[in-house]
Amino acid sequence: MFSIFGVPGPLLFGQLLLGLINGGFYAMLSLGLAVIFGMLNIINFAHGAVFMMGAFVAWMLLNYLGVNYWFALILSPLIVAAFGVVLEKTIISRLYALDHLYGLLLTFGLALVIEGLFRNEYGSSGMPYQIPALLSGAVNLGFMFLPIYRGWVIVAAVVVCFATWLLIEKTKLGSLLRAATENPALVQAFGVNVPRLVTLTFAGGVALAAFAGVLAAPIYSVNPNMGSNFINTVFAVVVIGGMGSIFGAIVSGFGLGVIEGLTKVFYPQASDTVIFVVMVLVLLTRPAGLFGKAA
Amino acid sequence: MRGANRSHLIAFFVLIALVVVSPGVLYPVFVMKVLCFALFAAAFNLLIGYVGLLSFGHAAFFGLGAYVTAWTAKNWGLTPEIAILLGGITGAALGSVFGWLAIRRQGLYFAMITLALAQMVYFFCVEAPFTGGEDGIQQVPRGKLFGTISLVNDMTIYWLVAGIFIAGFLLLNRVVHSPFGQVMKAIRENEPRATSLGYRTDSYKLIAFILSTFIAGIAGGTKSLVFGIATLTDVHWSMSGEVVLMTLLGGLGTIFGPVMGALVVTTMENYLAPFGAWVTVTQGLIFIACVLAFRRGIIGEIGAKLKLAL
Repeated sequence: MFSIFGVPGPLLFGQLLLGLINGGFYAMLSLGLAVIFGMLNIINFAHGAVFMMGAFVAWMLLNYLGVNYWFALILSPLIVAAFGVVLEKTIISRLYALDHLYGLLLTFGLALVIEGLFRNEYGSSGMPYQIPALLSGAVNLGFMFLPIYRGWVIVAAVVVCFATWLLIEKTKLGSLLRAATENPALVQAFGVNVPRLVTLTFAGGVALAAFAGVLAAPIYSVNPNMGSNFINTVFAVVVIGGMGSIFGAIVSGFGLGVIEGLTKVFYPQASDTVIFVVMVLVLLTRPAGLFGKAA
Repeated sequence: MRGANRSHLIAFFVLIALVVVSPGVLYPVFVMKVLCFALFAAAFNLLIGYVGLLSFGHAAFFGLGAYVTAWTAKNWGLTPEIAILLGGITGAALGSVFGWLAIRRQGLYFAMITLALAQMVYFFCVEAPFTGGEDGIQQVPRGKLFGTISLVNDMTIYWLVAGIFIAGFLLLNRVVHSPFGQVMKAIRENEPRATSLGYRTDSYKLIAFILSTFIAGIAGGTKSLVFGIATLTDVHWSMSGEVVLMTLLGGLGTIFGPVMGALVVTTMENYLAPFGAWVTVTQGLIFIACVLAFRRGIIGEIGAKLKLAL
């Protein structure tokens, strides 16, 4: 048994691991929010609800259709993205001409409807989702026991975040996307179907949240409130990182998860509030956010 | 009602008449609930309707006001008027800090920051010993007004609540129609221009924010005395959402809209309460309907039909 700053090593690394996992969720969710905001100028308040839907769709696939975790990991984001396309086409596209605040209000209403419907059907207590056999168990790393599933979540989150970053920064589609964010009228004049790009962006952001939801399902129980518990914290993460940069969203997501984990070790009472305290400090010193451009 | 036009005056007297008559027709405790929320929504409307600031964390001021009033009335035995005033001061004190932080950013960021700060208050209330955690502060005594008039009777406390509501409503109305209020509206319409005219827009925003949070604290404190309870529900983000809903449904930037919104939303919740989460679904649907179909809200639409500013 060894210790660091008087804290037993396994405890420290255990919380660090949890912090990284939460950080992965923060990163994926704030990434989706940032991408949607860049293109649609809307803060998607329903992002938490969509995260929850991702977990629920995976649960339904397993329990109603017998589809296992690995297929759900692909199918659930696709199903939720299809839902996102319908949502964007029917409702959200009506908002673009309005003040940005209406987007927030509308998506808040959407979140209430989605969560309320799920709560009616499934109650609030939550349902377990088994860890897939391949990823159950733990390995001894010498300094701690690492549950394999948790390690997998971190790896998956990093890979997905990195892939999204590559897609946006290094591909043709990504450059069109960035161009359309800067000046949609001009991009449209070059013959690009900007409304379709907008729909795709929304679907992509939503799929990212759903993917995070599937990853989260075996860790937290699948319940209708799992998204709203997350989304408030993710908003603070977004304020801290600033929505200007993809890279910023990823770094601040993971970083804040780790800070939260460490706070659980050294001063557990403040672990729920530490991210908000960081947000206050950032607002005092760099009001535009760590990676944001001044508004 | 200086600075108000005739339609305002008539509507105001109708409102007063309703406040006086309704406890004879309806259950007084229900009417008091409506009045508390109406005052809360009117305070919220001062920001969104007249300065253009969407605070998504107003439950923090309402809820903390409720806690402080309940705690001081119960543990220190303070008289109701002082306990409620302390609730308001708590709201304003918290509001001055949060406002000072949040007005560093504009638009959507302002909304997210207020939401996040309110979430911090929620977690604080979950942990702090004085709030009683999940149980909240229960069996808060209504006490004796000015140390003499017992408020145990529902009709007696009703007149106190009605008085607080009308006083708060008149104060907010006075602010909106004052020169200060004109500058607020100028900031809402075009902040850079207001700045270029030499107004310190940040100071105006902050003062409006503190005023709004003061009234929100008063509303929360009053509510906790009426029901004898202050709980985590009062500081939860869903309460922030509810006050947004009331104001949006009644009509953003209308004088009487928040009152109408509070009445409709509270009534709806009363009738739908047995159906569990359908309340949430209905609230969500109203949000969507308001944004897509009638952004002026009930009072705003009526005003537009009658060509009156209500």
